[in-house]
Amino acid sequence: MPKLTIDGMEVEVEAGTSVLQACEQLGIEVPRFCYHERLSVAANCRMCLVEMERSPKPIASCSMPCADGMVIRTNTEQAQKARKGVMELILINHPLDCPICDQGGECDLQDQAVAYGYDRSRYAEEKRSVQDKDFGPLINAEMTRCIHCTRCVRFCDEIAGVAVLGAVGRGTHTEISTYVERAITSELSGNLADVCPVGALTSKPYRFKARPWELRKTETVDVLDAVGSNIRVDARGGEVLRVLPRLNEDVNEEWISDKTRFACDGLKRQRLDRPYVRRNGKLEPVSWDEALDAVVARLQGLDGARIAGLAGDLVDAEAMIALKDLLLSLGSPHLDCRQDGARYDVSERVGYLFNTTIAGIEQADVIVLVGTNPRLEAPLVNARIRKRYREGGLKVGVIGPSVELGYVYEHLGSDAGVLAAIAEGSHPLAATLKAASRPMIILGAGALVREDGPAVQAVAREIAARYDLVRDGWNGFNVLHLAAARVGALDLGFLPQVGGRDTRGILDGAKAGDIEVVYLLGADEIDASRLGNAFVIYQGHHGDRGAHRADVVLPGAAYTEKNGTYVNTEGRVQQARMAVFPAGEAREDWKILRALSERLGRRLPYDNLGQIRDRLVAVNPLFATKGDVQAAPWRPFGVSGALLEEPFQPAVDNFYMTDPISRASLTMAKCTDAFVPSREGKTGTHG
Amino acid sequence: MSTPASVGAVEASSQPESFVFTPENVAVAETIISRYPSQKRASAVIPLLHLAQRQHANWLPRVAMDYVADYLGMARIRVYEVATFYTMFNKEPVGKHLIQVCTTTPCWLRGSDEVLGACKRRLGIGPGETTSDGQFTVVEVECAGACVNAPVVAIGDDYYEDLDGPAMVALLDQLARGEAPTPGSQTGRRGSCPATGPTTLTNQPSLPASAGAVTGADD
Repeated sequence: MPKLTIDGMEVEVEAGTSVLQACEQLGIEVPRFCYHERLSVAANCRMCLVEMERSPKPIASCSMPCADGMVIRTNTEQAQKARKGVMELILINHPLDCPICDQGGECDLQDQAVAYGYDRSRYAEEKRSVQDKDFGPLINAEMTRCIHCTRCVRFCDEIAGVAVLGAVGRGTHTEISTYVERAITSELSGNLADVCPVGALTSKPYRFKARPWELRKTETVDVLDAVGSNIRVDARGGEVLRVLPRLNEDVNEEWISDKTRFACDGLKRQRLDRPYVRRNGKLEPVSWDEALDAVVARLQGLDGARIAGLAGDLVDAEAMIALKDLLLSLGSPHLDCRQDGARYDVSERVGYLFNTTIAGIEQADVIVLVGTNPRLEAPLVNARIRKRYREGGLKVGVIGPSVELGYVYEHLGSDAGVLAAIAEGSHPLAATLKAASRPMIILGAGALVREDGPAVQAVAREIAARYDLVRDGWNGFNVLHLAAARVGALDLGFLPQVGGRDTRGILDGAKAGDIEVVYLLGADEIDASRLGNAFVIYQGHHGDRGAHRADVVLPGAAYTEKNGTYVNTEGRVQQARMAVFPAGEAREDWKILRALSERLGRRLPYDNLGQIRDRLVAVNPLFATKGDVQAAPWRPFGVSGALLEEPFQPAVDNFYMTDPISRASLTMAKCTDAFVPSREGKTGTHG
Repeated sequence: MSTPASVGAVEASSQPESFVFTPENVAVAETIISRYPSQKRASAVIPLLHLAQRQHANWLPRVAMDYVADYLGMARIRVYEVATFYTMFNKEPVGKHLIQVCTTTPCWLRGSDEVLGACKRRLGIGPGETTSDGQFTVVEVECAGACVNAPVVAIGDDYYEDLDGPAMVALLDQLARGEAPTPGSQTGRRGSCPATGPTTLTNQPSLPASAGAVTGADD
């Protein structure tokens, strides 16, 4: 461990630490543009120059490894002069367009020019200008502002796994470009706007919308996939203007997917901002009293066995427990949260969680993906797998459709038969799994949404048992969910009760007339035509499939508009916070159910958020944990059965439209046009 | 570098549909690749681009860059980066004779303006342009590395040195007639000696008595 002196302070650092990192450990700020802790070191901006004793020139601290006895000075005249010189050179070709630049106010170049640069320019020649590029509907490129730090090039190469950007040309003619005109086809491309230290790459949908100091920032979590990315919602007035990632090493590091980032314009469109009741075949706007009365009138005196409830993909745990409590008090056993129709054994928590955890992927040495395309289903899980892949020594096998994932994998087959062969030990992968020290299997929705879902789950468990996927401090059995609400719902037991019907049963019952009232709590991914003549109550925030079929619409709150609890696919309990108020007359979802229960004469016993959260904890103590993962004990689960011969189908065809919010988003529609090859067939998590 | 290639846009009109190595060049390419470790095929990118350029009328269409990228199993953008970095790779069609006039300081002091002017007079084109018959392309280049015999012009693979206006016109005339002018100094200067003739090594050294006993030069 080298020991060095920085600004008179001695510090001992890990071997391989750069001088810049050592400075950071001491809390010394070193300006930089090209250095980014999650990307490879390029050392081309030269902004991080510091003085090193016995070196004739200042050194680039980002690329200089610490050595024993080094004496570094960051605050000398030489270092300061070097920075000023570099800053002056960088600014030579940088336009003075801060007043019209979206990065203004949150720009590294702006800040560092003030902190480390000269207060005036000596450059009187012509500045260069660069033709702007079209990088697609998400990223706005204003390449004259580029300072060629190549962070974007390295991000595309290393994190996103799509080598499309490069530094083309040379010298003063260098341009960051795709060379051939094309959009950046990555589900993580929005992060380019974050890694760019200047205003060259910015968010296209957010362009000219606001200045950072005008925005109200709310730290919350994302619900558009089951990863539960930590985000910051920036709003002005009642409008969500943008979504940015928040650092959480265990979940999303500092990245978010494009859907998470850019679907927020969907929060303004297609909103249910007042209650509706269907009269003469048409939904008519009504008051809350009339809407609730219409529900009460239909439910009063109805046998509980004729009522059913379905919870959607974006629903918070508070709303689900309220609906569950209400339905049970009405005597209905028919409730399900798996609107995709998935049937898997949920008796054990370990059987439906991503047990390895997302950060745990970094320790894996063999990963078997079954019926899942993590690139579309959970881009950040895929980014983790790629991160692990880049370290070397990772073997990935795929059972299911052969797709581009951004890393090399072995395609083992397309159907469940391969799984059975592995479980029997007759498959070539058996030896690999046996030799692995940290093996993982990931079951995706494509594998579990079928008739033989429970059998697939059981075979996977067999594999887990046979190859010791679960060992000391390691659980390699994983289910990758698609819906943010799913694990929370399963933890709360929002499932068919004794004698109850599951999603398919409910839909069949509605069609046959056995189920007379269906309560859709944000459930939009069902086939509404199968609801028959049932009286449909839709509670949710978007006028999507559910609301179109509804007889009564109760406007609820979207995830940015309520304080809700969500459990991600790892079983991590996280809380979303209210960034803006619900649209129009809409209300937080559990409050709607609480009000309805009162009118039905079955008052739910919670009056505020604290009480309903106590109720959550009472139902499942796991809800008392916040932010971290409780390992689920490894117990038997699964129902063995016959495996279907047909190949696994992709669960997500169009990454950009999987839920009511992203379907309402114009940006996501543009992405669909630009990136999704075929628009035919089903979209999203359509079961 | 007075003719910066427009790096962003590729002229679509002149781009061919496809490119593949000829069987002979595949063999050459394999030889080149075999010089590098098998995991480092991408190291062969510059010689392969060069090979492709030679095969394709001395310029590299985009499909050729794509072909080389796929041939070496590397991302296409990495090949574009290399090809656009080096001015020796022509990204647009060039004439049969690519005339690279050096205009860096030593050549300029020795009269490269006159040489460039001669090209303009004789061919009617300025730097960066191609004659309408597709015979000549004139470009300005930075130091060609033959300053001792300035001014210098590279035509194709050969250097023509000690030029002036009339000598340049004579060269172009020869090329236009389909002849192959003699490369090297056009004034007959040898061994980069002073323009006024050699000042040293003026006489043949006398051979030492025994061939193995040479220890140093005479002068």
